[in-house]
Amino acid sequence: MLHIKCPFCGMRSQNEFAYGGDASVKRPELNKEVTDKDWDDFVYNRKSLRGKHLELWHHISGCRQWFKVERDTATHEIFKTAKMSDEI
Amino acid sequence: MQKYSVFSLIKNAFTDHMNWDVAWKDPTPKKEYDVIIIGGGGHGLATAYYLAKEHNITNVAIIEKGWIGGGNVGRNTTIIRSNFMYDANGRFNEFGMDLWRNLSQELNFNVMFSPRGIINLAHSDAQMNAYARRGNSMRLNGIDAVLLNREEVKKIIPMADFSEDVRFPIFGGLMQPSAGTARHDAVAWGYARQADSMGVDIIQHCEVEAFNISNGKITGVRTSKGQINAKKVGLCVAGSTNILAEKLNMTLPIETHCLQACVSEPVKPILDGVVTFGAGHFYISQSDKGEMVMGGDLDGYNSYAQRGNLPTIQHVLTGGLAVFPFLSRLKMLRTWGGIMDMSMDGSPIIDKTHIDGLYLNCGWCYGGFKSTPVSGWTFAHTIAQDRPHELNSEYSLNRFSTGHLLDEKGIGTKTWIG
Repeated sequence: MLHIKCPFCGMRSQNEFAYGGDASVKRPELNKEVTDKDWDDFVYNRKSLRGKHLELWHHISGCRQWFKVERDTATHEIFKTAKMSDEI
Repeated sequence: MQKYSVFSLIKNAFTDHMNWDVAWKDPTPKKEYDVIIIGGGGHGLATAYYLAKEHNITNVAIIEKGWIGGGNVGRNTTIIRSNFMYDANGRFNEFGMDLWRNLSQELNFNVMFSPRGIINLAHSDAQMNAYARRGNSMRLNGIDAVLLNREEVKKIIPMADFSEDVRFPIFGGLMQPSAGTARHDAVAWGYARQADSMGVDIIQHCEVEAFNISNGKITGVRTSKGQINAKKVGLCVAGSTNILAEKLNMTLPIETHCLQACVSEPVKPILDGVVTFGAGHFYISQSDKGEMVMGGDLDGYNSYAQRGNLPTIQHVLTGGLAVFPFLSRLKMLRTWGGIMDMSMDGSPIIDKTHIDGLYLNCGWCYGGFKSTPVSGWTFAHTIAQDRPHELNSEYSLNRFSTGHLLDEKGIGTKTWIG
């Protein structure tokens, strides 16, 4: 069982949360020409790092806020969590 | 190569089974090969075997960072099926079914292929309609499919919960009678033994550290056992695909996730074929040893840990209990996890890459084991002929850019949306 520290509610069990994927993915800017490559990278292509991984989680059975988590994908160690507006 | 038969078994019994030949050798790598296959799992071993057998390319090395068959081919739930709706998936896997049917004879190794059928349970009228559609599509591709009503399902699996006041009552199911299971380790060992006998070098405990590329063409790999040159290199590394892609400066439409499975203590025969729960992600079969073999959802977040977390097991078995209440009295014997190369549309990729001489076989998601023979067969063709076979032409890498996705079930990596 992962224990994740929600920046709003504190430490909670994994089953209160839903996963939201790689947090480093950025949507191409609106109202500008987007190359196919940029769009592919946004929609499909992922680095899926082994080791430290910055990702989104959703406290879906709690405060329902999205936030960022830095976690090791091999050991599941969680280093930091932060609000969406904050940098890790 | 020593042929395995009842006579060789009796003969070796006289010497206490001390004089069997080794099944495959442990060679030191040569300086150069025609083809290097990275990954000594089922798909890699099958690829090497078919390169030698179908294309007469025997100067081949398989490089494996651990030991052969130690990854997903040793960690799956051994289900073999071709009950797909899309033409590309159906034809590909039905070709694979034909390879499975003859595999024990061909490899002279009993892979215990046991076509006992698979039933996908339906729990609503809408689901019955969807299964009728899928069954019709399957039959158009020459795959056997039978739509079963509630009573017909009850005859086959009377121990399931057929009460009407449950949350997901059983309405019926879609059955593929020719589907089944096989002994997974035997598949890896059988391919390894035959590939070795045809001259393929199986190099274990040898990790790829870097790729040598010059002028857009691959020339070899640097490994923990030194430099090995090759004209062609094929990647068959499942959950490690992203790690090698990073060394190639490629980002792929793949995410690596942990999928768990578990077995109960062995019990007397109760379940003949494979059954899947249609209202959640749960599937079950009974092994020849009597264990109930079960699996379901991914852990749900990127993971390279080849072990899982208990909340997922609990979630999966909650679904299991909804169909088979008798499971509640069984003790769990083992749970384990493997890391899946989850593609973004749920279908695999078997293709060339932008680097000349580098070929990619990945994206098998939950279902790599059943495709082991046909994956090896088509990947060997793709490498040998430098172009995909008709069977894997739609499993292209660029389908994500062009929009020709093969979203059989509309589930790729994003199971948290599902």
